[in-house]
Amino acid sequence: MSVTDQKPQPKRPSSFWSYANPVKFLAFSERVLPALWVLSAICLGVGLVWGFFFTPDDFRQGSTVKIIYLHVPSALMAINAWFMMLVASLIWIIRRHHVSALAAKAAAPVGVVMTLIALVTGAIWGQPMWGTWWAWDPRLTSFLILFLFYLGYIALWEAIDDPDTAADLTSVLCLVGSAFAVLSRYAVNFWNQGLHQGASLSLDKEENVADVFYFPLLVAIAGFVLLFVALVLYRTGTEIRIRRTRALQAREART
Amino acid sequence: MKALLLRDLALALRAGGGFGLGLAFFLIVTVLVPFGVGPQSELLSRIAPGILWLGALLACLLSLDRLLALDWEDGSLDLLATSPLPLEAALMIKAVAHWITTGLPLVLAAPLLGVLLNLPAPGFLWLVVSLAVGTPALSVIGCFGAALTVGVKRGGLLLSLLVLPLYVPTLIFGAEVARRGAVGMDVQTPLLMLAGITMGVIALMPFASAAALRVNLR
Amino acid sequence: MTLAVKDLCVARGGVPVLVGLSFDLKVGAATILRGPNGSGKTTLLRTLAGLQPSLSGDIQGAEDQIAYAAHSDGLKAMLTVTENLSFWGHVFGLSDIEPAIEAFALNDLRDRLAGTLSAGQKRRLGLARLLVTGRPIWMLDEPTVSLDAKAVELFATAVRAHLAQGGSALIATHIDLGLTDAQVLDVTPYRATSDARAGASDEAFL
Repeated sequence: MSVTDQKPQPKRPSSFWSYANPVKFLAFSERVLPALWVLSAICLGVGLVWGFFFTPDDFRQGSTVKIIYLHVPSALMAINAWFMMLVASLIWIIRRHHVSALAAKAAAPVGVVMTLIALVTGAIWGQPMWGTWWAWDPRLTSFLILFLFYLGYIALWEAIDDPDTAADLTSVLCLVGSAFAVLSRYAVNFWNQGLHQGASLSLDKEENVADVFYFPLLVAIAGFVLLFVALVLYRTGTEIRIRRTRALQAREART
Repeated sequence: MKALLLRDLALALRAGGGFGLGLAFFLIVTVLVPFGVGPQSELLSRIAPGILWLGALLACLLSLDRLLALDWEDGSLDLLATSPLPLEAALMIKAVAHWITTGLPLVLAAPLLGVLLNLPAPGFLWLVVSLAVGTPALSVIGCFGAALTVGVKRGGLLLSLLVLPLYVPTLIFGAEVARRGAVGMDVQTPLLMLAGITMGVIALMPFASAAALRVNLR
Repeated sequence: MTLAVKDLCVARGGVPVLVGLSFDLKVGAATILRGPNGSGKTTLLRTLAGLQPSLSGDIQGAEDQIAYAAHSDGLKAMLTVTENLSFWGHVFGLSDIEPAIEAFALNDLRDRLAGTLSAGQKRRLGLARLLVTGRPIWMLDEPTVSLDAKAVELFATAVRAHLAQGGSALIATHIDLGLTDAQVLDVTPYRATSDARAGASDEAFL
């Protein structure tokens, strides 16, 4: 049986939702992926080289400040990845587009690596600055909790065999988890103040970065965003191919 | 609805371990802490509220995988889902039954264990209050985790991984109430936050739990 | 109330197993569901009972009308026979369990713990549960497993009494229950063929 003689596709290329068709999504992602890889490589290269080698040392922090070019973008993407998973989960629950569920699945490991990078670079940065690898600062703690949420989400995907059941359950978990992640953020803020009488360690550098640091940082952030998009598209494509293989095998077995 | 509550309570009583197991675990954790951190009474009294909260939380977690798994295995959940009782209500009642068999004994036992850890005198009242207000949230959130993992073989570990991050806000505010109470500080803010979480969770969580369970039943 | 099924497509694990199934289950009538193992009888019953969604098609008159009994009886080993029955009676809003105990000859066992019953006795208790639901439509999945000849006769009598009271029953079974005017619905012709698998969850990927 040939694969091509399927029901005709609705001719609405202008609609965003037409990309919910896996075949169409694959064709689209294959077209844009090379450009995305190149662009993200350029942005990352320019941003990081510029940031590492062509910015002055900070008068207080010395050269350690330059880890900001890894730390801030990865932290940003760690949160945005979860947000993207939330949106994708909602789309799956409401419109039942398989690509959406698979995109959420594909984004989770990327998100967890971003969280890990943010935590590790934070520790490396924190060591010379505060004299400790780890402090229970609200931001650090929130990221650790986010890391746990990612682990739970991925573990639930892995634990369930039926892909649609897994998609449903992980979507519910993502929704509930998001509410609790926000709640935890506020709880942690409260808790830390309660313990330390005013946070003396703040990671909030964005307000006081000078322009020399700011522009390469923007480029690096753009690079991380592009890298994230490329990775998620690529991984979603892989997930789609896995499901496609499964579907073909199921059809083989039944004929 | 009353019938389901009474059945779950009767089962917990007769099958044994329902009341006892969590309580024994709570006792053991509390007794082991001084061996780990040393017997100095001023150190123990400082960390007592946190340890007692953590012990109660872990004891609560211990029995969660039995919350739905038994009914899943013998087909009761299928039958409940086809009964006139809304699944949301059924899950809420099961969470209530879990709290009565696990949470309530912990609340009542906590002051005794507080003595072991040298909890300061003003702390007893607030420890009991915070546990009484906070542990229902643990049962309801745990019920959600159980509904998510009921179809998974050996889901116990996965259940802990999913539920523990969800316990963070409750733990933070609950332990804070107990800690502030012990040192004589104002407990109003964390207590209100804790009560808010518990009420919000009771109001919303059964819907998420029922949605997850319906997915698992089909 | 008549259960009307129109052009129903049911799926197991996202793969359609029965397609284009239409039938009516009239008041006072019983339908015997037949088909080889794995043909989708259980899936059909679960779908009609509302435990899983259908892929397409229309089911009318099923809402809150169905008492479902499957391979596992939902019995609690640590509760007695009467406690098990009266629990389900309370859940369904009926508190009189005596007719059910009578119909399945459970009187001698009423104070025994369900865990100490034999397989056939458990099955009888599980079927007695149907009587305390008060629901008009029975959906039974292999109800006679581990029943002896006498118990099968008890069961058939209970079904006949149920039909006489204006109930109806859809029964998946391989043995002859002696329900003389029961229709037989063989699901074999409705089995999904590979090219009629529209709507499969994986279909979108082909």
